[in-house]
Amino acid sequence: MSNLQVSVYRYNPETDSAPYMQEFQVDTQGRDLMVLNVLTMIKDQDSSLAFRRSCREGVCGSDGMNMNGTNGLACITPLSDVAKDNKLVLRPLPGLPVMRDLVVDMGLFYKQYERMQPYLQNDTTAPAIERLQSPEERDKLDGLYECILCACCSTSCPSFWWNPDKFVGPAGLLQAYRFLADSRDNATQARLAELEDPFSLFRCRGIMNCVAVCPKGLNPTRAIGKIREMLLSNAT
Amino acid sequence: MSTMRNLTFDAIIIGGGGSGLRAALELAKSGKKTAVLSKVFPTRSHTVSAQGGITCAIASADPNDDWRWHMYDTVKGGDYIADQDAAEYLCSEGPKAVFELEHMGLPFSRFDNGRIYQRPFGGQSKDFGKGGQAARTCAAADRTGHALLHTLYQNNLKNNTVFLDEWYAIDLVKNANGDVVGCIALCIETGEIVHVKSKATVLATGGAGRIYASTTNALINTGDGIGMALRAGFPMQDMEMWQFHPTGIYGAGTLVTEGCRGEGGYLINKDGERFMERYAPNAKDLAGRDVVARSMVMEVLEGRGCGENGDHVMLKLDHLGEEVLMKRLPGIVELSKTFAHVDPVKEPIPVTPTCHYMMGGIPTNVHGQAITQDGDGNDRIVNGLFACGEAACVSVHGANRLGGNSLLDLVVFGRAAGIYIDQALSEGIDYLDASASDIERATSRLARWNESSGGESVPELKAELQNTMQNAFGVFRQEDNMQEGVKKLAELRERIGQAHLGDKSDVFNTARVEALELDNLLEVAEATAIAALDRKESRGAHSRYDYPDRDDVNWLKHSLFHPGDKTVTKRDVNFTPKTVDTFEPKVRTY
Amino acid sequence: MVTNITNLGRSGLSDWLIQRVSAVVLALYALFVVAYLLFHPNLDYATWSGLFAQTWMRIFSLLAFISMAAHAWVGLWTVSTDYLKHTGVRFGFQAVVILAIFVFLVWGVQVLWGA
Repeated sequence: MSNLQVSVYRYNPETDSAPYMQEFQVDTQGRDLMVLNVLTMIKDQDSSLAFRRSCREGVCGSDGMNMNGTNGLACITPLSDVAKDNKLVLRPLPGLPVMRDLVVDMGLFYKQYERMQPYLQNDTTAPAIERLQSPEERDKLDGLYECILCACCSTSCPSFWWNPDKFVGPAGLLQAYRFLADSRDNATQARLAELEDPFSLFRCRGIMNCVAVCPKGLNPTRAIGKIREMLLSNAT
Repeated sequence: MSTMRNLTFDAIIIGGGGSGLRAALELAKSGKKTAVLSKVFPTRSHTVSAQGGITCAIASADPNDDWRWHMYDTVKGGDYIADQDAAEYLCSEGPKAVFELEHMGLPFSRFDNGRIYQRPFGGQSKDFGKGGQAARTCAAADRTGHALLHTLYQNNLKNNTVFLDEWYAIDLVKNANGDVVGCIALCIETGEIVHVKSKATVLATGGAGRIYASTTNALINTGDGIGMALRAGFPMQDMEMWQFHPTGIYGAGTLVTEGCRGEGGYLINKDGERFMERYAPNAKDLAGRDVVARSMVMEVLEGRGCGENGDHVMLKLDHLGEEVLMKRLPGIVELSKTFAHVDPVKEPIPVTPTCHYMMGGIPTNVHGQAITQDGDGNDRIVNGLFACGEAACVSVHGANRLGGNSLLDLVVFGRAAGIYIDQALSEGIDYLDASASDIERATSRLARWNESSGGESVPELKAELQNTMQNAFGVFRQEDNMQEGVKKLAELRERIGQAHLGDKSDVFNTARVEALELDNLLEVAEATAIAALDRKESRGAHSRYDYPDRDDVNWLKHSLFHPGDKTVTKRDVNFTPKTVDTFEPKVRTY
Repeated sequence: MVTNITNLGRSGLSDWLIQRVSAVVLALYALFVVAYLLFHPNLDYATWSGLFAQTWMRIFSLLAFISMAAHAWVGLWTVSTDYLKHTGVRFGFQAVVILAIFVFLVWGVQVLWGA
């Protein structure tokens, strides 16, 4: 009935000298499927198609990909949001090396995340119960801790494309601020020192691609601005 | 295969979810050579989907709260086949484990006094059921699992745990002595097959909800650890006990947390009636999950279901107001909009009982050591094999798990396994090496798939298996249906043994992983089916039309499924906690 | 910590601050010049050179030149580190930019304060 024309980026390093786009027809029977459902239907036709997926409800961050030019999670993106004239073009997240088909090597992305020392640092002795934190202090972590590391933001950021080894990228910086903003963390100075150079944070030009694509509705640009304010007040 | 590379670790932890990461953290902190082997990047594990919280008597909402009350609820919730020594360990060690998580940075929601926010969940009581509803579930909004998993991953980074991300364990290597001495694993990125040698092998592979057609579980929940243990000949405990969560989103299967009802939401039928008042006059919508799920099915069967086909009910939240929903249940608002096309601020969410959790699994003691039975039916420890989390059956959940107890199970028993292994390694352990034939046995099923040249496809067989389980082993069960299901599974075993892997490439071949997962789904499904057919009573999540009552005379026991001859035996439930009096079985009402 | 030797203050914060402060100076200067031209529709050489003979205007102009130099350097250095991946090419480009900025700056000073 309603045939969806899907064009998928294919590349298997064992057999292909260069990537190419492959066309598939998918019969959606008029349903507003999620893009992940469409991919599964394609995989039933051609089992060699590789893509990552896990929770299929937008919380694990496995299936970030580029759908008709925009990064997002396949499992929570309905066709009605992305398909144009019954056409869908699926590509891997831009800017990272492709391992196979829609699977990218996330190594650089994780490395920048790890560089931010994304764990609570507090050198005071912990009490026998929890450390206390007021609801107001805790509210500051909202919009920060929910990141699912899907890399949709960092791979839509030109600054990350040009310098993925030096610019931390929006995802890593959001996490940096998640700990800077935590009333329980006291490694603020060391965290700020890590970000002072011209690349790690300051390569952000504030174009807000990250905000536009974040499937969790988070705002890394705002977090980056907050870190910049902290650096400024620290230095002046 | 002749040039297979060896990797050697003190401990290998298979699975990067909550329990695996908690165990790994303990070992990494003490400098043991540990690796976490996970088929997905750890934060993609299913723990991330847990919403409502982690139940634990930290005495925040109620300063007089007592872990013994929590233990009572857990034992009662499990319909009295939870091991009481294990439930005692879970509830008494719980606060320590939760405070540790907080110290690691988990962003719990807070009360005005700065302490961790706790909400009411199903089956919770004060004063051993006599003091009314308790609020004992510690929460980070409705993203507790996400917050917990990320916190654990982050702290493993801090402690330099070695990660083998996107590696898939194929089978355990068991030597002539019956000891587990490692596993065979596949590096998904390159296709390389590696022999991982270890003194301790921890199965932290999570659940297997994907044996059912409709489940809240992630696509990766294929029971890989259970499959490996069964193929190695180890028995499984209480596999008939599968929890159906009352509130899976109708059609999509995605979970809507019990926290919704904890915050004041309730279920209604097509007449708008709050029907749980009839089934559980005291606890109402916060009765045990098995009770609520059965009540929902009864409403539908009696013609009071909602929708065109009258096949589901509604979860009403709009009366809580937008502010509460956005503050306490923001993720649920998001999920309902995406998957039910409903804004819970304005309308109720269509829900239906959906497969959610495997109470059964690899029998272990509180240290995570796997248990098997000798010929005379006596317990025996399996050297080198450990299990924790949903893959294990300690058993703290018995026949029905209470909401919020799974996250506690993960951290308490992940931690306990880590502590025990650390100590054992420090004292020094040596096992016999594996022979070439031991290793060959562990690679045989991979070889079978790699050599397949024709046959049925994996997705079709998987769908058939899932439908079989859905139809014959759902919320209500009966003999003839289950007989049929068991027969069907036997037939599927034949066909899966002949099935075809079309793509034989090496680099990131997800078709191969899915084929290997199908083997595991089949093992879990068969253990479930045969154990369910065997238990001739109704207890907890196992409800039979033909045996509607609990039978404590014959069935106050664990079931033990033996893969060799596919028989089921009984194993005693522990009724001797160390520091509290035994909770004697009573009629279970809410 | 990412280290670098070719940017100005060796600190992203100072680069960022320089970029913003210099932009403000340039904006003020541009506004002033445009406003001056609007208020003097029949401007002749004597008035124009009279304006630049005053010390405050010379200081203001020099400030604008220096701001322009700093702004251009930070901006072009950034562009070069984004797009020029070959070290030799990038260094060559940066050397040319530095030389050009230096020449323009000295020339500007000469025009402003010279005879």
